[in-house]
Amino acid sequence: MCVNGIEHTLTVDTRTSLLDLLRERLGLTGAKKGCDHGQCGACTVLIDGRRANACLALAVAHSGSTIATVEGLAAERELHPLQRAFIEHDAFQCGYCTPGQLCSAAGMLEELRAGRPSAVTDTDPVLSASEVRERMSGNICRCGAYCNLVQAILEAGR
Amino acid sequence: MRPFRYGRAADAAEALALATAPEAKFLGGGTNLVDLMRLGVEQPAFLVDVARIDDRIEETAEGGLRIGAGVRNSDLAADARVRARYPVLSSALLQGASGQLRNLATTAGNLLQRTRCSYFQDVTRPCNKRAPGSGCPAREGEHRNFAILGWSSECVATHPSDMAVALAALDAIVETSNRSLPLLDLHRLPDNEPERDTVLEQGELITAVRLPPLPFARRSRYSKVRERASFAFAVVSLAAALDLEDGIVRDARLALGGVAHKPWRAQRAEEVLRGEPATADSFTRAAETELAQARPLRDNGYKIHVARNLIVRTLSELA
Amino acid sequence: MTVVSRSLGVALDRIEGREKATGEARYANEHLHEDVAHAAVVQSTIAKGTIRSVDASAALAVPGVLTVLSCANAPRLQAHDEELALLQSHRVSYRGQIVAAVVAETIEVARQAQRLVQIEYEQEPHDVELRADHPRLYRPERVNPSYETDTEQGAPDGALTAAPFSVDVTYETPSFHNNPMEPHAATAVWDGGDTLTVYDSTQGSAPARQTIARVLGIDPECVRVVAPHVGGGFGSKGDVRPPALLAAMAAQVVGRPVACSLTRQQMFDVTGYRTPMIQRVRLGARSDGRLTAIVHDVVEQTSTLEEFAEQTAVVTRMMYASPNRRTTHRLVRLDVPTPSWMRAPGECPGMYALEAALDELAIALELDPIELRIRNEPDVDPETGHPFSSRSLVACLREGAARFRWADRDPTPGARRDGRWLVGTGVAASTYPARMRPSEALARREPGGRFLIQVAAADIGTGARTALTQIAADTLEVEPERVRLEIGDSAYGTAPVAGGSAGTASWGTAVHLACRRLLDSDETEARISSEDTVEKREPYSRHAFGAQFVEVRVDTETGEIRVPRILGVFAAGTIVNPKTARSQFIGGMTMGLGMALLEEGILDPHFGDVVNHDLAQYHVPVYADIEEIDAVWIDEHDPHLNPMGSKGIGEIGIVGTAAAVTNAVHHATGIRFRRLPIRLDQVVEAWHGSE
Repeated sequence: MCVNGIEHTLTVDTRTSLLDLLRERLGLTGAKKGCDHGQCGACTVLIDGRRANACLALAVAHSGSTIATVEGLAAERELHPLQRAFIEHDAFQCGYCTPGQLCSAAGMLEELRAGRPSAVTDTDPVLSASEVRERMSGNICRCGAYCNLVQAILEAGR
Repeated sequence: MRPFRYGRAADAAEALALATAPEAKFLGGGTNLVDLMRLGVEQPAFLVDVARIDDRIEETAEGGLRIGAGVRNSDLAADARVRARYPVLSSALLQGASGQLRNLATTAGNLLQRTRCSYFQDVTRPCNKRAPGSGCPAREGEHRNFAILGWSSECVATHPSDMAVALAALDAIVETSNRSLPLLDLHRLPDNEPERDTVLEQGELITAVRLPPLPFARRSRYSKVRERASFAFAVVSLAAALDLEDGIVRDARLALGGVAHKPWRAQRAEEVLRGEPATADSFTRAAETELAQARPLRDNGYKIHVARNLIVRTLSELA
Repeated sequence: MTVVSRSLGVALDRIEGREKATGEARYANEHLHEDVAHAAVVQSTIAKGTIRSVDASAALAVPGVLTVLSCANAPRLQAHDEELALLQSHRVSYRGQIVAAVVAETIEVARQAQRLVQIEYEQEPHDVELRADHPRLYRPERVNPSYETDTEQGAPDGALTAAPFSVDVTYETPSFHNNPMEPHAATAVWDGGDTLTVYDSTQGSAPARQTIARVLGIDPECVRVVAPHVGGGFGSKGDVRPPALLAAMAAQVVGRPVACSLTRQQMFDVTGYRTPMIQRVRLGARSDGRLTAIVHDVVEQTSTLEEFAEQTAVVTRMMYASPNRRTTHRLVRLDVPTPSWMRAPGECPGMYALEAALDELAIALELDPIELRIRNEPDVDPETGHPFSSRSLVACLREGAARFRWADRDPTPGARRDGRWLVGTGVAASTYPARMRPSEALARREPGGRFLIQVAAADIGTGARTALTQIAADTLEVEPERVRLEIGDSAYGTAPVAGGSAGTASWGTAVHLACRRLLDSDETEARISSEDTVEKREPYSRHAFGAQFVEVRVDTETGEIRVPRILGVFAAGTIVNPKTARSQFIGGMTMGLGMALLEEGILDPHFGDVVNHDLAQYHVPVYADIEEIDAVWIDEHDPHLNPMGSKGIGEIGIVGTAAAVTNAVHHATGIRFRRLPIRLDQVVEAWHGSE
């Protein structure tokens, strides 16, 4: 498994989720366990370039995959545009949903650029607040930072 | 979870061979199965990973589509042919789950997902589906979001899939390792053996879903009523397609979600509609005919009104 | 949005922003990985009764299981709070109570073994349903934290009878659950067997340390609680919760660090919640709208273990003028978990009922609801007679009305349609006390003209870390970049919890005093306590105020309610950081929207607990639920507060929101819903009757 550009070979309990592998075995605690049942999105990472809930992904089922986590978003010392936008727009409060929001937003922006439809528009989607809201609804923020998250994602997506 | 062995199948033949192991289950994206395993509801001893098998969408000779069992929900929803020819299917998928879940979930996994009844999901509570004969606490307990059609004293749960409702409206055929069968026959009603959601046998593998050609499916849509604006299961949903000529309904396809143990193909409503003018009046009559057979529970009678209004609205939008 | 000084009023980015955005910020179970074992809890499946036997043999037989703790073998605790007497007794007092803990090498093994612990119970019949006529309702001695239970002024009953206009309405709310994004979790490490470090997800490392030490029966000097980052709390992490104690006990038994985390499902039972309530509000008024009588009676629940009486009607004592007034609280002990703080305890549910009832009165009077409130604006605190240190409610209402274009509103309910949608707007007032508690703080000079500040404050998402940095920088008259602030560690002295919206005021005052002492002396270090300052405050009535405006659309065909616009206008003294303050106001209003339309802990009386115990079934707002939302504030200068002139703002956002939504739904539909959440089934039934 390749995680943030580094190859790993591990022996795992088949029951280990990708989330627990990242957090407990690789010390990458960025991805968070908010519910462990795919209901909150705090564990969102990119698997082979697509956003997915790491809590429901069994590590063994993704052997051979390329995983990107929040720790891999920033390039060396430079923050990713999404990270910079989050800070500037105060798109977080407690920060616990933040890594999942960032990975999900990164995946979502790719999906939108590739013309993938959503429940808001079925063809040629355009980046807008209503698109962001719908496409990001799988990431819950109990602190209620949604309106700032939308602004940050819109800015980073331009 | 109890410990289990894992095997990844390269093709259907290998999957079937691996599935002969005791207490084996097929693993797609895992978005429901892993969830249920973590809850202790499902406890397979062997997981046969079939997610990478049959992951293509192909044209069929008759002019329909063959959707591989391993096609991810997001890819199915985004497929240009699906969007153009069966928009109800794309729309249903896009209104279900979340972007992340759709990227993992597979066609077969989506069909086989199990009810989200809170009693079913909680192994410390009785549930005829999970523990046959133990009772159905939902009957007298919390059931606001459960069935108004086809339920039995054994089980009042609903099927949670949006995709399945669209496929039901489209007369989809499910291909398995043993047979082909109409999707409408895949899921059971809970009259007896509520523990069996589908007619599939142990070790039977869904390989594909075939969509017959249905030219008027271009005029179709999926409407979903839910408590919050996104990322929620349907309270009531409707997949509808209308074949109109000169303001008369030549043919119609209607399937309701959120109302029964399986996608509810509204055949009585379809019969009423055929040959009738495409007016709110006809639509209302069709809806009321279908819903006349509804048997609400103590707290979910409101669904009858919602379903009726949803049918009238959606058909009016299509007309 | 005035910049008050070089640092106060500046919209600084959150100090820990980079850490949170890069995944570097460490939360409770993320500090240690070497040698850490994992604990998983086992919950009771009965609501009342006794444990007859615990058979851990199957669990212990699983390779990797280190121990199973239960009432049969757990270390003895000296818990003063029965909810903290974990694994001490055979009694079961609510369904979901923790009755055992499995400790194992890995999370997977712990969770497997958790299901293998066999417990036999003697079950007794349980009583879990709150009713206004419950025979065991009683009058608690005090309501949270120490208010009078009942108050009465004048002769409210006579005044109600005599009033030309009156309303007598009862509002009901279910249990609400805090559901912070980070589940409650802690990692405990014993060093040499007698000093304990707990990495805890807590709203107060200092009080947590005291409580943990007390319960474990050890010297607080031997306990350290560390919590630099906390993934939300909203009140549920104000008290010590099971993970810290279980981890400590387990670590003692197995001789290595133990991490304990609750699952999302478990959080619904053992981390506190807002009690369900039945609130009867009676208002009497003259034809000009002046209130002649206000009566607010509250019925709520607590557990059989501990008494927690939410101070729901206390807000009615100071909101509006009236010569006759009564407020009462009645409690019943049920076989349920102990309720606890959830964002704005007291004010939040109390104002829901009061502000909705007031709206009903306005309609009966045919008077604009904003005008009604203005006409009843008190000159002094109606209960204590103290002057308000500052009260800008009227200004908030007027400002909000202008921004929301309230003057264009046709007050006729059900008059505004947009296709299949009915549209309505509603308004409600909010308030929250501006409290302050004593705290310690340290300020130290560092090389290079820099400063170190240490205070056992907690930033649970409030932005406290940033606000405190600004306060220190302001006092020291340096740029914020020269200040290094360390929080979230009980080693930094005593400090109150992040709660009661008192954090910034409390810690900030101590920080200010420490910085002042440093500047005024030649010392390199100043360590102070703000106790004297806090105690010497003059008798004013100190509250923040606000007004909330909501627009709703109700789908006449499906009953779905959507909220296209929410506006909050607040007056809270000095706003230390406009960026983080706005986030707090909006966060509170977002939670208020959930309270009004989505959230409900669904109790199944047959089992005795909440059955919809996860985030797929307990609906909190998602992105798509929040459309246009904004918070603004009135400049308010109040010299009677604290050195910053600030009032707490973390909770006021939720306070008026549910009433504003309820009022807007009435305006849209003509139907007055008196039960939350106003979900579509309730709306459809109101239109069609239940069949």
